[in-house]
Amino acid sequence: MTAVPEHQSRTVQPELRPRARKLTPAHMLLGAAGLLVLLSLVRVLTGADDITSAGTTSAALGLAVPIGMAGMGALWAERAGIVNIGLEGMLILGTWGAGYAGYLYGPWAGVGLAVAMGAAGGLIHAVATVSFGVDHVVSGVAVILLGTGTAQYLSSVAYEGVPGGGDTQSPPIDNLPVLSVPGVGGPLGDLEARGWFLVSDVAGILRGVLTATSVLTLIAIALVVLTWFVLWRTAFGLRLRACGERPEAAESLGVNVYTMKYVAVVVSGAFAGFGGAFLAIAAASAYREGQTGGRGFIGIAAMIFGNWRPGGTAAGAALFGYADALQLRRGGESVHALLLLLGVVLVAFGIWLILRGSRRGGITGLVVAVAVLTWFSLVDAVPGELTGLTPYVATLLVLGLAAQRLRPPAANGLSYRKGTSA
Amino acid sequence: MQRAGAPLDLRSLALGLAAPLLAIAFALLLASLVLVGAGDPVFSTYRLLLDYGQRPRSISLVLNSATIYYLSALAVAIGFRMGLFNIGVDGQYRLAAMTAAWVGGTLTLPPGLHQLVIVLVAVAVGAMWAGLAGLLKATRGVSEVISTIMLNAIATGLVAFFLRKVAVPVAGSNNIGTAPIAESGRLGGLPLVPGSPLEVFGFLPVAVLAGIAYWVILGRTRFGFDLRATGRSQTAAVASGVDVKKMTVATMVMSGAVAGLVGMPQLLGASYSYSLDFPAGLGFTGIAIALLGRNHPVGIAFGALLWAYLDVSSVILDIEGVSREIVTIMQGTIVLSVVIAYELVRRYRLRDEQRRVARQLSEATSSPAVAA
Repeated sequence: MTAVPEHQSRTVQPELRPRARKLTPAHMLLGAAGLLVLLSLVRVLTGADDITSAGTTSAALGLAVPIGMAGMGALWAERAGIVNIGLEGMLILGTWGAGYAGYLYGPWAGVGLAVAMGAAGGLIHAVATVSFGVDHVVSGVAVILLGTGTAQYLSSVAYEGVPGGGDTQSPPIDNLPVLSVPGVGGPLGDLEARGWFLVSDVAGILRGVLTATSVLTLIAIALVVLTWFVLWRTAFGLRLRACGERPEAAESLGVNVYTMKYVAVVVSGAFAGFGGAFLAIAAASAYREGQTGGRGFIGIAAMIFGNWRPGGTAAGAALFGYADALQLRRGGESVHALLLLLGVVLVAFGIWLILRGSRRGGITGLVVAVAVLTWFSLVDAVPGELTGLTPYVATLLVLGLAAQRLRPPAANGLSYRKGTSA
Repeated sequence: MQRAGAPLDLRSLALGLAAPLLAIAFALLLASLVLVGAGDPVFSTYRLLLDYGQRPRSISLVLNSATIYYLSALAVAIGFRMGLFNIGVDGQYRLAAMTAAWVGGTLTLPPGLHQLVIVLVAVAVGAMWAGLAGLLKATRGVSEVISTIMLNAIATGLVAFFLRKVAVPVAGSNNIGTAPIAESGRLGGLPLVPGSPLEVFGFLPVAVLAGIAYWVILGRTRFGFDLRATGRSQTAAVASGVDVKKMTVATMVMSGAVAGLVGMPQLLGASYSYSLDFPAGLGFTGIAIALLGRNHPVGIAFGALLWAYLDVSSVILDIEGVSREIVTIMQGTIVLSVVIAYELVRRYRLRDEQRRVARQLSEATSSPAVAA
């Protein structure tokens, strides 16, 4: 192919690796607690109550699920060395599947067909990239075109003239049960309303997570844990990841690299299909054309953000979901408040980088921080059109500041032919 | 060598053509199966597509769409030749078109200069937006696939934001757009298609010139050689003195500059102002067409015409009660099967070559033995 994948070619230099300290769960908890304190401070200082309210948390969780599932899909594929830009197309196939089986046979059947449609999209990508050695991004683009066209065609065939449906929309789907931990909603709501520093923030976030959560959200969280377990704690997972790092080595140990890659990409599609099911069933109660809104791409960004790890990917998805949710909840004011937070974090990060000897990165960070803080002091609210840009700008910032510390699978995006050496 | 070359060239030409033709045949087959599955008539659907696409009015529309697609595909192809994926053509073109429309609607300049300023603004904005991705890649190692996708989303937001600042209501609709460009900044149509009530975009010759410039710069200059060499093998390019980082930024800037042109046919020749109904997704179409045309300026032209033809003639299907989205399925299948077919042909060629060389070698070693 003329188009050589560049996505993976500049990985982190190996000599950096011994220096990279391991991020333990304790570190992560400490980080999360610190972030919470900062958020709470910002809320008290600016009066933007929605940045930690139950409503925001609950909306963020819902918005994070499809992104997270696309991210998990990207993780499965890229861990086996296949770049899957086609996730967006598989997500779209999933929304159609959920709409079709959902209105005919009920929501669970909808989830089933969505997963199957997503997996079918993954299979096409696997055939093209694994069996035929087509460039991964090229095949992914084709899968997006194909998925979009197929879903549009099928929806105009299946939904047109059906009561409640139309050319671009399925009839309504019954929702799946929404669960709450009994007896916590009331007291937490009271605490949240007090506006106390930290206590009310924790109460708001807990109330958002513990009450009125869709079953599909719980399944999604379980799937993240399952992904971690399968890929990092089983022999199968080790073999699959070996195919993404050194396929020749895996082959020499008797692993069937082609099969592994096929499995990974089909599972990847299935994850995207599940994300589509969530969009159609839990978020919208119907299939609608264009309802994925580029979440497949954001999922990939979340995975890169999360350094090709399940926990990090989930955190990235949560960040995107949170930024999306803020827009819905008095976005101008909330995002404005977060500018303060971003500015402070960037100042800290810049100083840390300079202390570690990376002067150029540190100064870049400080310059951006000053710009952000100036903006914060000049305006009262961020205009509506711009609040929606938060996740994208955040991704670019993170990639720009931390791309050198990320470590993608070594053979990611490369075509593998049995019997050839790298 | 010369003697052996002539018949082989014919053979390789046939092989090169076989891939796209096979792919189109496969796409037709698959689309037919889908049509049968949905209970739609197969042959009358294709007859409709064929007949409608041949009307003079349709041909004008095809040429107009193809002009836009061609520019978009050219922008993508520049990146492809260096192994860069510019997925951000969409955002680059819309930001460029919006800024150019705003500048063009604000300024009053003599004809000629007015158009030139508008086009230059578009080129500069497109180049800058793509250059950001190039810079991020060259200095921070950020994958251009991800950064251009993010920049697309950011461009969408910025366009909406600035449009609200500078917009005036578009007459006769509740859409908003930039102030219309005065008569002096417009580009008249060309009556290229006899019998058609529609004129063809006056920007079509510019697109042709862009194609020629692409061919000259990439195929006939040192810069183009460096660019292609980097695309083939980065290590080899570095070894021969190419500054890959500089090339990355330069390629993205060039790609973005061409992307800036994508909105111009429509802006200068039809709408005269930028509004929210400028099509999204042109970048993706460009990627597909660049792949169809194998990044070759003539191949891309055929790809753009085919794509535009399918788009334009699909309109008739809705009227006849067949879902026009069948055309999108066909387009997707064509792209996927074309890339697979190219890969198969490449492998076949490789094996063929190996066999030929082996045969020649065995002849060369056996004949002296006979002579002795």
